[in-house]
Amino acid sequence: MKITADTPSALTALDRPNSYIGRAVPRPNLQRLMQGRGQYVSDVTLPRMTHVAFLRSPHAHARIVSINTEAAKKSPGVVAVVTGAELAKVMTPWVGVLTHLKGIKSAPQYPIAVDRACWQGEAVCAVVARTRAQAEDACELIDIVYEELPAVTDPETALDPATPVIHEALDDNLCFERKLDVGDVDKAFANSDAVVEATFVCGRHTGVCTEGRAIIADWNASEQRMTVYQATQAPHMMQDLFAKHLDIEAGQVRVLTKDVGGSFGIKVHTYADEMATVALSKLLKRPVKFVADRIESFVTDIHARDHRIKGKIGVTKDGVITAFEIDDLTGIGPYSVYPRTSGIEANQVVNLTGGPYNCPNYRAQARVVFQNKNVMCQYRAVGHPIAVAVTEGLVELAAAKIGMDPLEIRRRNLFADDSYPAQTASGLKLELLSHHAALAQLDTMINYAGLRTEQKALREKGIYRGIGFASFIEVTNPSAAFYGVGGARITSQDGATVKLDAQGAITIHSGVTEQGQGAEAVLAQCVASSFGVSMDRVRVVTGDTDNTPYGGGTWASRAAGIGGEAAWQAGKALRGNVLAVAGAMLQAKPDELDIRDGLVVDKVTGAERLTLAELARVAYFRPDTLPPGFQAELMATRHYVPRAWPFAFTNGIQASYLEVDTDTGFVKLLRHWCVEDCGTIINPQLVNEQIRGGVVQGIGAVLFEQCLYDERGQMLNGNMADYLVPMAVEMPDIDCGHVVSPTADSELGAKGAGEAGTAGAPACIMNAINDALRPLGATPLTDMPFTPGKILKALGKV
Amino acid sequence: MEMDITLTVNGERIAERVEARQSLVDFVRDDLGLTGSHIGCEHGVCGACTMRVDGEIVRGCLMLAVQCDGSVVETIEGLSDSGELADLQAAFEQRNALQCGYCTPGMLTAAQELLKAGTVPSREEIREHISGNYCRCTGYHAIVDAIESVAKARMGAGT
Repeated sequence: MKITADTPSALTALDRPNSYIGRAVPRPNLQRLMQGRGQYVSDVTLPRMTHVAFLRSPHAHARIVSINTEAAKKSPGVVAVVTGAELAKVMTPWVGVLTHLKGIKSAPQYPIAVDRACWQGEAVCAVVARTRAQAEDACELIDIVYEELPAVTDPETALDPATPVIHEALDDNLCFERKLDVGDVDKAFANSDAVVEATFVCGRHTGVCTEGRAIIADWNASEQRMTVYQATQAPHMMQDLFAKHLDIEAGQVRVLTKDVGGSFGIKVHTYADEMATVALSKLLKRPVKFVADRIESFVTDIHARDHRIKGKIGVTKDGVITAFEIDDLTGIGPYSVYPRTSGIEANQVVNLTGGPYNCPNYRAQARVVFQNKNVMCQYRAVGHPIAVAVTEGLVELAAAKIGMDPLEIRRRNLFADDSYPAQTASGLKLELLSHHAALAQLDTMINYAGLRTEQKALREKGIYRGIGFASFIEVTNPSAAFYGVGGARITSQDGATVKLDAQGAITIHSGVTEQGQGAEAVLAQCVASSFGVSMDRVRVVTGDTDNTPYGGGTWASRAAGIGGEAAWQAGKALRGNVLAVAGAMLQAKPDELDIRDGLVVDKVTGAERLTLAELARVAYFRPDTLPPGFQAELMATRHYVPRAWPFAFTNGIQASYLEVDTDTGFVKLLRHWCVEDCGTIINPQLVNEQIRGGVVQGIGAVLFEQCLYDERGQMLNGNMADYLVPMAVEMPDIDCGHVVSPTADSELGAKGAGEAGTAGAPACIMNAINDALRPLGATPLTDMPFTPGKILKALGKV
Repeated sequence: MEMDITLTVNGERIAERVEARQSLVDFVRDDLGLTGSHIGCEHGVCGACTMRVDGEIVRGCLMLAVQCDGSVVETIEGLSDSGELADLQAAFEQRNALQCGYCTPGMLTAAQELLKAGTVPSREEIREHISGNYCRCTGYHAIVDAIESVAKARMGAGT
């Protein structure tokens, strides 16, 4: 850590009594949530508020021949029935492309389908009524005549000449393609002692946030202002987009985001039905509320991870990895999602595959195709679980083929801890990672040798346990390289404004947002520490575009590393301002004073000189007593954006210990471990809980979760009884360990920790299952999720 | 069709006219403004709407408001104000056993039912008991820790 005091001090910023960096302090806002006093958008009611329900296409692909709304308009409570064509006069369509994803293309998407529905669940008509129930009643009275069109559902044939083109203007069903060829891959494979090939499948799954997407739009025609209460991760981004597509100024839009019931990347995108809700409010000049119910969530919340990857690895008999090759194919629905595009996940798979390993030969192809299913886009750990599954799956299959221990093959290929800065074959720039230190810690933590002994002994009793690993790298703290350079108005910088109130307490306004990760706690910790007060004197304000500095919000593990650094710097700046006031009041030099635990003290002796309350009283109510010409500035703003590195990569390794019931195919997870390196740890408890929650989300992907579609594009399991998510009883305890390699790009040195668990868990559990079944001669399992049926099939029992 | 119902909610006598089709959770949220009971799936799987009716926990989405005529209903607001959950809430806070907090009122209400049995459940028993309550954020480990610590504390076994 290279944290320095702003002025020479007897105590550094980290050992004042109010220093909270590295401490597991509780989050300040939890009692509200626990006592049922949270304010989620679904809880908000406004005067004259109406509710919208959407009639959604039952077909994956259909021309809308006619819409008869007469009966619906007469239904009790109905305020308006609005079609896509009518709403297109209020809001302009959008196209989800970015210039740095060369060649990416998509078609204009409207708030409500105009003429044609392109997936089952796309909204085709809106009913606004006094209650949601009345709006849904009226939806049943709308008569729509459809002409069903052929549905493109299988990515494998989406580019065939015989397959219909979904958007004629685009000429084909290819959204985006990327190819990469580094080193001499063919020569490397030819010189390998063993080459392993496998096809990996990641099941299409979705976020299943406990709270559905929710929005209230309130167009006040008398002020010409749109106030939007939205469960979003990125209020400023949405402000910009609402303004753009309503053709009004951004300053005419205020986005308010209070409590959000889960996000995980689901709530950082533009959704047609949410855009429609905003447009309907403009049209009707009154508040309109939309809350996605569970069925709507399954067919309209972005899906993710629907990838088929053919992978190939070469190794020498000494376990040196000679080359990686992948061919990734993914179907992303009928539109590239706006504004982040649906090309990023495949792009990340290309970037991240092979990422932990010092291997110079790499060839990759990724194709992203359109299809008539719900849209796919970025979800927690974008691309990582896929790339890690392919990489780590291949590494363990190769280790098995040459008879090498899976940890040993990693030791021989992971980037050495003293080799940084380094660059991956795909071109990722790595500042400082710690793969070997993490692996060594994990080896000890799990008592690897002991586990292997136990595994062997149990096999003799017919009990099949497996041990699997996954090393990974993780994208955090994205700079403008992620979206900004591609033309998206998605900011990578963030700001914090800190002010001293008239009683000497602190308020911080930040551009990052809180969906449960603990961002508000981290902001309070940073400001309390750098300014010099206890955390209970800090109040945090987020999620209000009228009252916070312009910022990107919370996604891609940026809140602590970027928002936290801005808060840290703002606290320091205010501290300097306050000491200037104290110096004026005390006729002392500011650099001979310090702020500790809410008091202005003598820097050397620590003796109290002034309370902050007294300082604030004088500055606000008796400024006449301050020296002539002196102006107290009791509010300070600082911004921060990573500049030295495009991303602050983190690293880690996970291990799984599990038991497979070879009669039923059920997997029992016994224990899970993760050692990761997110740089400076601001709050160890919050980091660990990000890891644990992330691991369990990854477990869902590898064992349970899949959006099942039939060949006509009908989702078959769009409810929580049929789409399985991890519940407590199936989940293991999860142990966390840490290595600390701070980024030198910021003073705090914090990187992100939100993706690590989800990135590594699927590969790790896949490897453990295959390790368990290897002595039985089972076909290696690479087709997620690993349901009991698939496991029995691999064992040749069904 | 509408019906008149009379019931006690968090100790308060309530008389309302409700639609026969209205669920209990919609009634407490929309008609009574008790928004601490959350709606997650509306088909009885996620447990976000868990509340107490006549001493037993129920899914507020699987029960109709009219079925509660004459009943005693307790929601997270009442269970918090009475102090019944105070030690559990303190443990959740200390252990960061919630992230977004959306499942938490239901989770606390379900956990309290287990703890009322007056024994110290095993971690497996805790996991089994809360398996009708879906949490996407935490991965459950911290929730199990928090419930376990309260069970031990209530039994005087210390934490």
